[in-house]
Amino acid sequence: MKEEIIIAGFGGQGVLSMGKILAYSGLMQGKEVSWLPAYGPEQRGGTANVTVIISDEKISSPILNSYDTAIILNQQSLEKFESKVKPGGKLIYDPYGIVKAPTRTDIDIYCINAMDTALAMNAHKSFNMIILGGLLKICPIVDLEYVMLGLKKSLPERHHHLLPQNEAAIRKGMEIINKH
Amino acid sequence: MSEEVRLMKGNEALAEAAIRCGCDGYFGYPITPQSEVLETLMKLKPWETTGMVVLQAESEVASINMVYAGAGCGKKVMTSTSSPGFSLMQEGVSYIAGADIPALVVNVMRGGPGLGTIQPSQADYFQTVKGGGHGDYRQITLAPASVQEMADFVGLGFDLAFKYNILTVILADGLIGQMMEKVVLPPFVPRKTNEEIRKECPWASLGKTPDRKRNVITSLELEPEPMERRNIALQAKYAEIEKNEVRYEDIETSDAEYLFVAFGSAARICQKAVEVARAEGIKVGLLRPITLFPFPYEHIKEQLTHVKGILSVEYNAGQMVEDIRLAVEGRIPVEHFGRTGGIVPTPEEVIDALKQKIIKK
Amino acid sequence: MTTQDIIKPENLVYAKPSIMNDNTMHYCPGCSHGVVHKLVAEVIEEMGIVDKTIGISPVGCAVFAYNYIDIDWQEAAHGRAPAMATAIKRLLPDHCVFTYQGDGDLAAIGTAETIHACNRGENIAIIFINNAIYGMTGGQMAPTTLEGMKTSTCPYGRDVTLNGYHLPIGNLVAQLEGTRYVTRQSVHTAAAVRKAKAAIKKAFENTLAPEKKGASFVEIVSTCNSGWKMSPKDANDWMVENMFKAYPIGDLKNI
Repeated sequence: MKEEIIIAGFGGQGVLSMGKILAYSGLMQGKEVSWLPAYGPEQRGGTANVTVIISDEKISSPILNSYDTAIILNQQSLEKFESKVKPGGKLIYDPYGIVKAPTRTDIDIYCINAMDTALAMNAHKSFNMIILGGLLKICPIVDLEYVMLGLKKSLPERHHHLLPQNEAAIRKGMEIINKH
Repeated sequence: MSEEVRLMKGNEALAEAAIRCGCDGYFGYPITPQSEVLETLMKLKPWETTGMVVLQAESEVASINMVYAGAGCGKKVMTSTSSPGFSLMQEGVSYIAGADIPALVVNVMRGGPGLGTIQPSQADYFQTVKGGGHGDYRQITLAPASVQEMADFVGLGFDLAFKYNILTVILADGLIGQMMEKVVLPPFVPRKTNEEIRKECPWASLGKTPDRKRNVITSLELEPEPMERRNIALQAKYAEIEKNEVRYEDIETSDAEYLFVAFGSAARICQKAVEVARAEGIKVGLLRPITLFPFPYEHIKEQLTHVKGILSVEYNAGQMVEDIRLAVEGRIPVEHFGRTGGIVPTPEEVIDALKQKIIKK
Repeated sequence: MTTQDIIKPENLVYAKPSIMNDNTMHYCPGCSHGVVHKLVAEVIEEMGIVDKTIGISPVGCAVFAYNYIDIDWQEAAHGRAPAMATAIKRLLPDHCVFTYQGDGDLAAIGTAETIHACNRGENIAIIFINNAIYGMTGGQMAPTTLEGMKTSTCPYGRDVTLNGYHLPIGNLVAQLEGTRYVTRQSVHTAAAVRKAKAAIKKAFENTLAPEKKGASFVEIVSTCNSGWKMSPKDANDWMVENMFKAYPIGDLKNI
């Protein structure tokens, strides 16, 4: 098993931390992982993306030109990465802020109303965990118990009281993801 | 107790490893993409546990001279920087070479020349393995290709530095510094006491005791003959290092018709290219120099029995390729493929380049 | 009475410090460096801290200071001595670490290192020889060169429209929170030499008193009779008349 994932959106959406939680979850389950950000001076508001690889085998290149799964959280990222999903691969997007929906027919496209749901739950910071839940539903690369362990490792201890809230958001994401 | 596996950035792993391998002092100045080293050390506060000194200096010029001074005391001291900062450090680097003392410098390379870009690069190969500062000198250069090696090479770098009284450079790139992978940190080694240093480094300036003459750390010698003798001794040391310390990794080279030669994160990309190309039926392997000085000239030469062409893949305009050509002595085609400006090539681009530049020939 | 009759232990009125060795000094006759070297050696010996003193010699006339005083030394790159002293003092906190620097080294190429080591409050001593000229390289203009003073790179006298003003760096570092003792002394008379020695001793003692953290800065206003192209006596007179106006003698700060 090897899953090559790109997560792309705006800085501040929790793109990098979601990738880190995903990678840590894989590590807790005993898999090989890599996490490579497109790093830049933008901390907030600029574009941000991260490549996460989770594999049973040792990982060679952490940098890729095509992906098994793309998680797209803004229009610029859709334009940049839709074409880079491998044929037969998956694309997950949140329609919030997407004006032109993806059009490829040789990949599976999933839609998740994560931003609206997060706002409805009055928990906008759970946005990225809802997305993560959606990913795990359609692409069960890591078991939920290891995701919770990964979360625990990724979050500073002072935020550990938020773990149940995060778990709820992940479960919510698993519920609301739909085939496009 | 089983070793703890952690997910860390290369820069963070390097900082943790420094504390664990008994480092006495780190002196640094912030510069992207390696500022996490200083940030991690400041967060961990090792002065409260191992007694390691951590200081943010006023410039890279100051930080390398702090390293020079600490090294002169026989202490395990280090700094880290990125390309423009490494240029500023060349004065101190040359003094460390001239004074014959051990130290560790980490350069997490970014694109140049000038202020350049903060994105990854390998364009400081010449600067590191061919000189950079003034005078005839060399430095042991280790090129990590994973977060694990970022951690492991701190201890190895210090060991080699103290074995030969020389500067070791860990020549990483922004990609290795910024990426996260799993890593097993090295075990804790206690810092050496001043008494141990006095025994192991009798040249160190720790305060003159009645049983010995004064110790002076200097590279100055105005008389030509003694200065030439110093140079000859340095060259003999470098020859010894070339004999003993060549390190490399072979990946599917034994039956290879073609070879990628790449160091650092470029080797990771080539490793993927080997997987993809082999699936297409192209018999290609990867030779990864781990030490750039000393360079594995002999080992590359050994490949000539079965390899028909070599592609050097570097994030620069073609630097290591010159050393590969020196090894091959014109007997097979050796070409370079690289991207500059902070662009990292993809495995597909690397395979295309192999086909265009080597296989088609 | 022969010379041999006079040289007897009971007639001894002065001995050079034992850590001052017999190497022939390279300094010009009349130069202030020799006197200051002796004071440094005397202070180290009197304090009994040979085994825990480390000196940093500069680039400039005092580059070979390490040849004359039998303690452990490190030779700095031009201007970097305060950065080096910073590292050594932090790695060896119970040691007395001092730099010995000239004006080009400390106040031109090494200004950043001087200011920042002082501002960090490093527990080090800085001995600063200010003779208003680059001696070692043959008498060029220094940042401390007085207005109108002639050197080989301002042969018609320092012109402020071209080169700006003499830099009183002692006053500058005295303003920093990180310094605890800043003083300006000279060594042109026996009385001045005694005061300079007391200042150096105080600076060295400060480095070993961790409860009062801060840098100690001893500026010695000096002559360079070769660079100034004067006899040693004329150089001393010129110093008193001109240098002391720009660089008044006395404590600038003492906490």
